[in-house]
Amino acid sequence: MKYPKDLQLSLLKEMIRIRFCEERFVDPIINGEIKCPVHLYSGQEAIAVGICKNLNKTDYVFGCHRSHGHFLAKGGSMKELVSEVFCRENGCSHGRGGSMHLIDPENGFLGSAPIVGGTISLALGAALASKIRNDKRVVISFFGDGATGEGTLMESLNFAAIKKLPIVFVCENNFYSTHMPIKSIRVDAPIIHLAQAFNIESVQIDGNNVLEVYELTKRLIEICRNDEGPVFIETLTYRQRGHVGPDDNIQGQHTDIRPKEEIKNWIEKDPIMVLKKYLSETYIDIDSEIIKIENEVSKEVDEAFNYAINSNKPKQEELLRYVFK
Amino acid sequence: MSLNRKLKYSLAINEAINQAMEKDESVFLIGQGVESPWYVGNTCLGLIEKYGRERVIDTPVSENAITGAAVGAAIAGMKPIIVHPRFDFLLYACDPIINEAANWNYMNGGRLSVPVVFWPIINRGGEQAAQHSQALQAIFAHIPGLKILAPSNAYDAKGLMISSIFDPNPVIFVDDRWLYNTEEIVPENFYDVPIGKANIISEGTDLTLISYSFMITQCKKAIEELKNRYSIELIDLRTIKPIDIETIKKSVNKTGKVVVVDATWKSFGVSSEIVALINDYCFSSLKTSVKRVTLPDCPAPAASTLEEVYYPDYKNIINTINEILL
Repeated sequence: MKYPKDLQLSLLKEMIRIRFCEERFVDPIINGEIKCPVHLYSGQEAIAVGICKNLNKTDYVFGCHRSHGHFLAKGGSMKELVSEVFCRENGCSHGRGGSMHLIDPENGFLGSAPIVGGTISLALGAALASKIRNDKRVVISFFGDGATGEGTLMESLNFAAIKKLPIVFVCENNFYSTHMPIKSIRVDAPIIHLAQAFNIESVQIDGNNVLEVYELTKRLIEICRNDEGPVFIETLTYRQRGHVGPDDNIQGQHTDIRPKEEIKNWIEKDPIMVLKKYLSETYIDIDSEIIKIENEVSKEVDEAFNYAINSNKPKQEELLRYVFK
Repeated sequence: MSLNRKLKYSLAINEAINQAMEKDESVFLIGQGVESPWYVGNTCLGLIEKYGRERVIDTPVSENAITGAAVGAAIAGMKPIIVHPRFDFLLYACDPIINEAANWNYMNGGRLSVPVVFWPIINRGGEQAAQHSQALQAIFAHIPGLKILAPSNAYDAKGLMISSIFDPNPVIFVDDRWLYNTEEIVPENFYDVPIGKANIISEGTDLTLISYSFMITQCKKAIEELKNRYSIELIDLRTIKPIDIETIKKSVNKTGKVVVVDATWKSFGVSSEIVALINDYCFSSLKTSVKRVTLPDCPAPAASTLEEVYYPDYKNIINTINEILL
């Protein structure tokens, strides 16, 4: 590949930040310190990181229910993220949102929300705002394969195509809509066919290869920036954890119906391992640099969790704050 | 500039939007039918010519995504107005209105508010039946985070539309097509009518009549018919939520007798809430139980014979007042 080592290492570091942070949530979820529903992003890091690396700070991103990775990749503070998941006052949403309502306007992360497909049209509107103001911002809409069952996606694709809006629709296809395998919720046809029906340039890619994601989206984001959008990306990937929580263990009942063999095959395609392996094969002595990165990230995660755990929950007398501006 | 310029209600809305768009480039209008008077009457007259299709956007019939787009544009710093020429069709957009816009500021800890105007138009009567005539404001008044306004005349229509557009929160501007041809003196300058402030249209001591939107015209007519017999105070709410409880309290404490007039369904509606508030705040002042004039709990019928008994008018109001005061 033709990318400089520094760039590749920074992609690796961003993925490791997300992974280490996500995995650190596992224990507090299991022991009940974290109660809000948490949808971990482990296994899908290459998508958020590969895409957001191509964005300007002023570009906009909307997330979904599984958006810790999107938030971090767009530049959100890990301390604010972790604090929010612990529902602390100094979380990014001041403890009013929890894991599913992340926001960071200063970095263009305009919000995430768990109504499936609910933020797609919001991203559409941010793209419309960009078009009206002609400020050349590009908007990323992240959603999962489950959202392909929502009518608002079809409406949004149509309107974006009619108005040539600068929006990248990113469908992270992890093959499961909560407990439903994709074959039981969709006809057996590629998701990109949906967008192609609206004459939208649509590409299906390996969502576990960060360099492929980076390279492809660089081109597609430029298309949007040149007023020739929208575009649609389907990224094939897999969540290594449960739909919600570490292992879909609901009141002692294990509800993850995914075949063990399938999980094993995907873990072998772990996006961080894929990049590490490539780097090791390409550069001599890279291992020490990777260890250095991992140590740095571990420290950052330690600090973020300590900060969150030692912070206060919102005050009861401030229950009604923020109903209106 | 004429001080006594009369303007039709529909043109007062038009003037409000025009002046707001002129004043602030982030204001834009979107929705199905903005190019067609068949949908929106005179309210959008001349706007495309003046501001172009970039800021006056007619759309496919996709209420969910288009309303969501208005919400998303507001989140991204614009001040959109999204019109729904029939309130009934806005139900497709409950997710962006209720789940997203109403909650956004709260669930994100006040980091980003949503300055969007949802503008549904009620189209009563005309044998249009159940899906072209519904007045659904009570559903939305139930939701925290939404403000609900409903003008009864051209002056308020202009001022409240301007307030809606420049309020930093999501506002539902409930519009009634039966008011479109009414006229009032409307100043030509840019002005607002404050949100959350009711208007005492006429003062009185025998009974308080509380209403809003089109039914104010019927209340006025009833008062006119009864003017030699009773002294009736008429409160035009102008804002359904946040409701002006102080004005209601003051009046009810004076008269002790109340009729609430609300052209939506009786059960769990705007009138129910007003009765509950009077119970909360004015119980000891009441001389008799509060009475209501509302729609019956029945979908809108088509046949004009049925419409005549379905929609209340000034005669129902007179009868109800007489039940208390005779």
